[in-house]
Order: sequence, then structure tokens, then C-alpha cells
Amino acid sequence: MAHSAAAPAEQYNYDIVRKFTIMAMVWGVLGMSAGLYAASELAWPFLNFDIPQITFGRLRPVHTTLVIFGFGGCALFATSYYVVQRTCQARLPSNVLADFTFYGWNVGVLLGVLSYMAGFSQGKEYAEFEWPLDLAIVAVWVVYFYNFVSVIVRRSQPHIYVANWFYLAFILATAILHIFNNISVPVSLTKSYSMYAGVQDAMTQWWYGHNAVGFFLTAAFLGMMYYFVPKQAGRPVYSYRLSIIHFWALIFLYMWVGAHHLHWTALPDWVSTLSATFSVLLLLPSWGGMINGIMTLSGAWDKLRSDPIMLFLITSMSFYGMSTFEGPLMSLKSVNALSHYTDWTIGHVHSGALGWVALVSFGSFYHLFPRLYDTRIHSTKLIYVHFWLATVGIVLYITSMWVAGIGQGLMLRGFDDYGNLAYSFIETVEFLHKPYVWRAIGGAFFVAGILLMAYNLVMTALDARRERSKLEAKLAAKLART
Amino acid sequence: MFDWLSWFTRLDNSKIFSLLLFFGTFCGIVIYVFGSRRRGRRLESYKHIPFQDDEPADRHDAPAHKATDGDER
Repeated sequence: MAHSAAAPAEQYNYDIVRKFTIMAMVWGVLGMSAGLYAASELAWPFLNFDIPQITFGRLRPVHTTLVIFGFGGCALFATSYYVVQRTCQARLPSNVLADFTFYGWNVGVLLGVLSYMAGFSQGKEYAEFEWPLDLAIVAVWVVYFYNFVSVIVRRSQPHIYVANWFYLAFILATAILHIFNNISVPVSLTKSYSMYAGVQDAMTQWWYGHNAVGFFLTAAFLGMMYYFVPKQAGRPVYSYRLSIIHFWALIFLYMWVGAHHLHWTALPDWVSTLSATFSVLLLLPSWGGMINGIMTLSGAWDKLRSDPIMLFLITSMSFYGMSTFEGPLMSLKSVNALSHYTDWTIGHVHSGALGWVALVSFGSFYHLFPRLYDTRIHSTKLIYVHFWLATVGIVLYITSMWVAGIGQGLMLRGFDDYGNLAYSFIETVEFLHKPYVWRAIGGAFFVAGILLMAYNLVMTALDARRERSKLEAKLAAKLART
Repeated sequence: MFDWLSWFTRLDNSKIFSLLLFFGTFCGIVIYVFGSRRRGRRLESYKHIPFQDDEPADRHDAPAHKATDGDER
């Protein structure tokens, strides 16, 4: 078990970490609930209620933005500020600038989702924000970069711990991706047109889209893994040298693979092949990193029986391994011919998003939260319950999407003896109904889990407040006696 | 003056060039990391950085309500 404790408030800025952690939970609950509702709309379309603001087309980007940028983004802000301060043993340079990133980011996310519901969107996946919000995000990001690098520059450690490398790569790459993918020509305050056209637009979009997965949802969360897994396990990472190789190989390979989202389109064939080749190569650093994380527990596997936080962290790495095996498989052109435009893709994304990103964040938060409030977690039993709700939810989700996607893919390209399509489109839609119901049930399990977590964390904060009041009362009584 | 840059615009050249450049760099990193025992020991010592500002006692890992949870931790 870890042996860290909250450092004195003046040594590090924990206030900003607390704020981002709380907002991550708020966006997580809202975003996952929006996802559950959107999934239910697909199973039971009457849930649209003919209200434009909550139709699937608008609710889907609300869900993705809330979970990726709201939950994931705030989790990364919180943990990166925490990790960089503690591993560099230096404080963030300015409370005001830290708060600027907090208010800027969260107001941006809020305005973004409200604008989607009102019908304003750039129509680029994971980059739906219209241009004024894009510019505001750049301002926040530059300050974030300054805050992070300032701590590194003022560090008392001679070496920069590897978790910070991953965080810094995420900050730099996200800036480049965001700026270049969002270059557009505004025609009004709420409407703009992409500077790119045709296949170049698609190419830029998926260069952005896949590297959002690679740098926002993978590299940064690996930074989280390299700090919180050793801390929770109470032992250093299995191999530091392997973590260095992991970093450089991953950073180099990810940038090339985006085009695998565009197999069998107007994209040049050699670009398709290049992206598939790099996607397969990506398996090596991905699994190297996963093995490095899991082997950190080498010699202390018993912790899996006694520590539910460790269960979250180790299971997240198992899902990371699984989805980074599935990804290269799906990037092969022959497999992609079946899987693309089907729900297999949705299942794959969620095995990474729920299994890896959300679980490693939950594990890290359960480690972090009591330390931020200088107390103990309210209930360990609830962490176990959360773990099983989340795991069962993910398994239901991804297996139903495998069935849906592979079945759908096979039906869409089924031919009879005369070369006619064997199934009409509506038959594939009918086939999807049952897997969609199971997917919604899986999502409900997952949402129930995060609601439990939110309760557990709120109670932990209240416990901390009660403890503090008792301590203050005792001190006051002691002072009164003397 | 910059005619030599046009050499890179030919895919036949730039593909091989980038392969050699990036693969060479990667091999260089691998050799740097695993090539010397002394350097290896130094690099491995950095894995302890997250534990350097620890305090000996940790009260954060036990649940707040041991009795009600029935948890042994």
C-alpha cells in the first residue's frame, strides 16, 4: 500500500487539483448519463420525444464531449497538476493562472455542449466546437502548458519523472492537433467552414481524431498509470528503462495511424497501407507499457485480493491491452472491410474508453481523493461494489457491440447466389435491436457505478470536514484551558 | 539555392530517408537505454522519484468507517 500523505497546503497547490477532480466527477456523471440516454434512444427511439435538442444526433456529441473533454480532460488537469508538483517537488507558479485553466476549460465544455444541443456544430467528430470556443481553448491550453512547464523548470529533482514526459507529450500534441484540425473560415459567430476540402479534410480530421485517442486518451492516461500504479502498489514501476522505450516508441508510432479510419475511401491506397502497418507496429509499445504496468505488482499479487483500488488499476491495464490488440486487428484492410461503419467500432472505442480510461481514472481518484482532503475513504466496500458494477457493465457493453457489429457487417455484405444483397437494410436494423438493449443495460451498470463513486467521494469530503471541526473544537478547548 | 530540397519531395527518396532517420533514432535510444550497465542503474534509480516526498505514516488507505464496512484493511 502507498505511504504518501497530503503535503502541507503551502508546499503544493492542491486546491486546483481538488477543483478539477470534483468537476471531473460532475462531468463524468452527466456525460455517462447522456451516453446511457443516447444508447437507450437507439434501442427505444420513442425516447427522442420529438424534441430536437435531445435527438441522438445532438446528444451524441454532448456525450462524447462531456466524457472526453469534461471527465477525461478534468481528470488529466487534476492528475497532471498533482503528479508534476509531487514528482518535481515544486509548486505551480501561480494560483490565478491555475484557476484560469479551471474556469476556462469548464466554461468552454459547458458552452460547447449547450451549443450542440442548440444545433451549432462544426460537424467534425470530437472537434464539434465552433470557432469562438476553439480559440478560447487555445488560450486555456497555452496557460496550461506554461503552468506545467514552469513546475518542471523549477523542479528540485535533477530528473523529470517519466509520467511527466507522457503528460507533456499530451499537452504539446493536443495543441498541434487542435489548432491544425480547426483551421476554418468563419462566416458568422456560430458558423464556419473547414479550410480543407474533400479527402484532405477527412485526412486531417482523422489525423486529429486518432491522435486525440493516442495522445489525449492514451499517452496522458499512461502518465497517470506511471504515477498512481506504483504509488498504490507501494513499489516502483517494474522497469524504468522499459518506460523510456515505451514512451518514444508510442509517441513516434501514433502520429501515423489516423488514416486507418479511412480505408476503402478516396484516400490513396499507399496511405491506407502505411497507416495499417504503423497500427500493427503500435501493438509492441502498447503491450510493452501494459506489461510494465502490470508487472509493477510482481511479487505483490496478493494486493489484488485486499485492495479494490489496485483492482481498478490492474483491470484498466488489462482492458488497455485488449483494446490495443483489437485496434491493430481492426486496422487491417480486410478486417476493416467488415468492421467499419458497424457497431464493432463503437464496442472497440468503449473497451478503451470505459475499460482503460475510465477505470484508470477511477482508481487514481480513489487514491488521490482521501489525500487531497487529508482523510480516509468513506467506504472501501463501496469501491468493491463500484468495481464489479463497472466491470460487468463494460463486458455487457462490448460483447453486445461485438455481436451487433460483426452481425451487421456480415449482413450488409451477404449476397445470394445471383449476386443480390441477401438482406435489406431494415433487416439489419431489426437485428440490432436486441444488442442495443443489452448495450443500454451495460451502460446502466456503468452509470450506477459512477453514481456510487460520487456518493463515496462526497461522503469522504464530508467526513474530512467533520474531522477538521472536531480537531478545531479540541484545539479551542485546549487553548481555553491554558 | 534550395534545389536540394526537391530531392525530399520525391517519395522514393523521402520514404527511405525517413525510415533510416526514425529507425536509426529509435535504435539509438534502445542502445542508449540498454547499452551500459552503469547508465542502466542510474536510469532505474529514477523509478523511486514518486516515493521521495512520502511521509512514513499513511492513514489514507484505511476506510473511514471500519466497523460499519466490516473491512479488514
